[in-house]
Amino acid sequence: MAAARSGVSRQQPSDSSPRRSRASLGGATSREVAGAWREGGSWGKRLFPQREEASARSAFLATRPISRDNLVPEDPALGLVAFSSPFDPEPSLRIEDGRVVELDGKPESDFDLLDEFIARRGIEVAVAEEAMQLAPVEFARRIVDPGVPRKEITRLAAGMTPAKIAATLSLLTPVEILQAMQKLRVRRTPSIQAHVTNRVDHPLLIAADAAAAVALGFRELETTVPVLRDAPANALALLIGGQVAAAGALTQCSVEERTELELGMRGLTTYAETVSVYGTEQIFVDGDDTPWSKAFLASCYASRGLKMRFTSGSGAEVLMGASEGKSMLYLEARCIAVTRAAGAQGVQNGGIDGVNVTASVPDGMREVIAENLCVMLHDLESCTGNDTLMSASDIRRTAHTFPLLLAGTDFLFSGFGSIPAYDNAFGPSNMNAEDLDDYLVIQRDWGFEGGLRWREDAELLAVRRRAADACRAVFEELGLAEFTDDDVDACVRAHGSLDVPLLAPDLPGTASERIMDRGLTAVDVVRALAERGYDVEAERVLEMIRQRLLGDVLQTSAILDEELNVLSSLTDPNDYAGPGTGYRMSPERRSEVVRVRQVWSAADLAAEQARSEGCIVLRETGPAAAGERPDEVVVGLSPAFGREIWAALNGMTVAEVLRQVLAGIEEEGLESRLLRVSRSIDLGSIGSTAARLSGSGVSVGLQAKGTALIHRADLPPLANLELFSIAPRVTAELYRGLGRNAARYARGLAPEPLLLPESSEPLGPRYHARVVQLVAIERRLVENAPPVELEATWPS
Amino acid sequence: MAELTYPLAAGGRRHVRSATGTPVAEITLDAVVSGGLGARDVAIAAETLLLQADFAEGGGNPQLAENLRRGAELVAFGDDDLLRFYEMLRPGRSSAEELDSLAATLAQRGAVRCAALVREARAAYVRRGLIA
Repeated sequence: MAAARSGVSRQQPSDSSPRRSRASLGGATSREVAGAWREGGSWGKRLFPQREEASARSAFLATRPISRDNLVPEDPALGLVAFSSPFDPEPSLRIEDGRVVELDGKPESDFDLLDEFIARRGIEVAVAEEAMQLAPVEFARRIVDPGVPRKEITRLAAGMTPAKIAATLSLLTPVEILQAMQKLRVRRTPSIQAHVTNRVDHPLLIAADAAAAVALGFRELETTVPVLRDAPANALALLIGGQVAAAGALTQCSVEERTELELGMRGLTTYAETVSVYGTEQIFVDGDDTPWSKAFLASCYASRGLKMRFTSGSGAEVLMGASEGKSMLYLEARCIAVTRAAGAQGVQNGGIDGVNVTASVPDGMREVIAENLCVMLHDLESCTGNDTLMSASDIRRTAHTFPLLLAGTDFLFSGFGSIPAYDNAFGPSNMNAEDLDDYLVIQRDWGFEGGLRWREDAELLAVRRRAADACRAVFEELGLAEFTDDDVDACVRAHGSLDVPLLAPDLPGTASERIMDRGLTAVDVVRALAERGYDVEAERVLEMIRQRLLGDVLQTSAILDEELNVLSSLTDPNDYAGPGTGYRMSPERRSEVVRVRQVWSAADLAAEQARSEGCIVLRETGPAAAGERPDEVVVGLSPAFGREIWAALNGMTVAEVLRQVLAGIEEEGLESRLLRVSRSIDLGSIGSTAARLSGSGVSVGLQAKGTALIHRADLPPLANLELFSIAPRVTAELYRGLGRNAARYARGLAPEPLLLPESSEPLGPRYHARVVQLVAIERRLVENAPPVELEATWPS
Repeated sequence: MAELTYPLAAGGRRHVRSATGTPVAEITLDAVVSGGLGARDVAIAAETLLLQADFAEGGGNPQLAENLRRGAELVAFGDDDLLRFYEMLRPGRSSAEELDSLAATLAQRGAVRCAALVREARAAYVRRGLIA
């Protein structure tokens, strides 16, 4: 490996190299700019030395969260290049007598561990010649074309070298990658994995959060520990909690390889994921493994009936300083080739721990989805990252995740943080419990299968209590630890571990030691659950034991649904072949997706309005006549004002809105007269009608939702003197001011127009559903009748 | 035994047996509570893994099939043995002779695919300087 590394020149590659052409576009300029940032200078100073001060806009932008993200110029020698490093090998493959004797430019005698392993076990020699002769652009087109079946793509990919696959994937645009994913992911039905951890390894909180996660739709749950010693207790709590809300969720405890295997052998976990592989020999060995030890480990898991996937993901080799100058995608292509060669059924990748490195280079996010697609090309389960907070900017971190949600993968997240970011023992995920509603609403907006559903609090509290109770019972029954009722109550209601009483600090560790020392297994858990009356959970944990005997979840991309059907490459193969094919949401599933906390129904509006019903009494006193008095202002009300609509959008009652307007008119010493306009809901028309009946020619028009204007008889209906068009932001003081100004116009003065306070609050998303409902009510009350005079009384 | 098809959970619960020969259908809550089941009674059988390997092969993934067949060979070994073998295969842990001996142990107990894997590892480790 020393030889391999000394072959990498530290010098910048020559710009004449054809591989360099795309990368050099940003070249010197971006380097200069990034240097200026690092040295604390401003862009302006470096690039235009004559300018001394930053603009207010630059100063503002520098305070935005995005400016906390650190980006770097491309530097292939350090591996800081997403695609196509000048040090990447040209694809090549030579086979003699059925044996691979050259791989990606290297003769057999120079093979490193990865080359050797891939050459011996990872290349389908029978298709290699055909596959390697295919031009990258031709293979790229077939990858994207929905008319070329996925089986044909995976057949060809099996005969390709890592450099060939990397060269092909580098040709695809982001949308082409997504289109390809839709066709090439293994399982038709996308799914999603949760992180379930907390910063104190509280077993009851793990159990309650596991139950809530399954209620929300997660089908794999992953825990880990801040303290390695606590792993068995966490695994046990997760196993129990994970079977409360529904059957069949798979659970894992991500720890060091040996401990993880041991937990699995005892049935305390039902799958494993943290079997890490790396794209260079140096880092593979630094990780204390070889492709052969990892392959053996994979077989150990298989021998116990445990589902298992490998973990890779770009950036890791760069972080550890031994990328050999290769591009991130090429190294990842090697990882995935090793994974396939080892016989693992799937891969967790797409940045993972290294995502912040990948994100720091140009095209980093395109590289991340390209490496996810690379997994699918190898016909392996794709568990597509999104499990590390990728940016301080909400916009940027969402942009990382969103494309994958649209395309669909076997597991959209290899850990959505189902717990608050502060409780995530892996570090915050790219999305966390704080983001759950955002995720659900985006899923509803776009109609992609995001795997989750909203649950009412009552449903979540019930499963959380059941899980915490069951977990406590098992820990007590097995003599592992004692808990109080207060512990349970707090865990049931908790958002996170900051909401629960502190445990004795050694409780999880001591319980874990007892689990290990006494050789406890899943069978003991089943027995304890049954002894304490948790028959449903006992049966479900037992079913996970039976599933291990059946081995169905060992097939590629296997999960169990809530009815314990296995969905895998064999039972639920992705059959996308263009529009009208592939995964489509069932009507039942769609009805789950459309239910979110923020839905504002007609019943919600009725309840809101009912609280203010009767706040004013408006009695009709006869047809409205033209006024004679020049000192009057006529106030025209919309059809539903104080009839069916009682509260305006700003939360004031319509009674109070009207009282303020009338008080303002009175303050100027003028009279007011009320009438209802029934022919129109249009505020201009209401104001205009009222103005033409006003002795002064001036009117105020009011819609029930609170929109208001001042009108004058000589103006066209759609004009006005002043308008409050943004009803939610009008205050009592402004309504009074509107009345005052109307009176001043009536007196022939030219008052200063009123301004709404400035705000960038997004009012449309907040109020438009209500506006539609309120307008519908106004519309229903429209009748072809002349205006009528009203007499108002305000019940006390 | 009837022809078993994937998924085994659908039609195979009476036919698929654990490592000790207990049919999956007999792994019941009553059996657990009465204490009649030991750890080996809930371990997957080599035959089942070979069946799953055939399914994987039929599905077009010969490497997964090979892994499941290696897994079938390892059913007979205890947890401690497997953890020890894995440790021996990690870089720089074993001499060439120790890896030879591991391969021989595996082959002796019928784990011929695993033995081949170890021999392949030995050659690569020697060539790349990862031998203790």
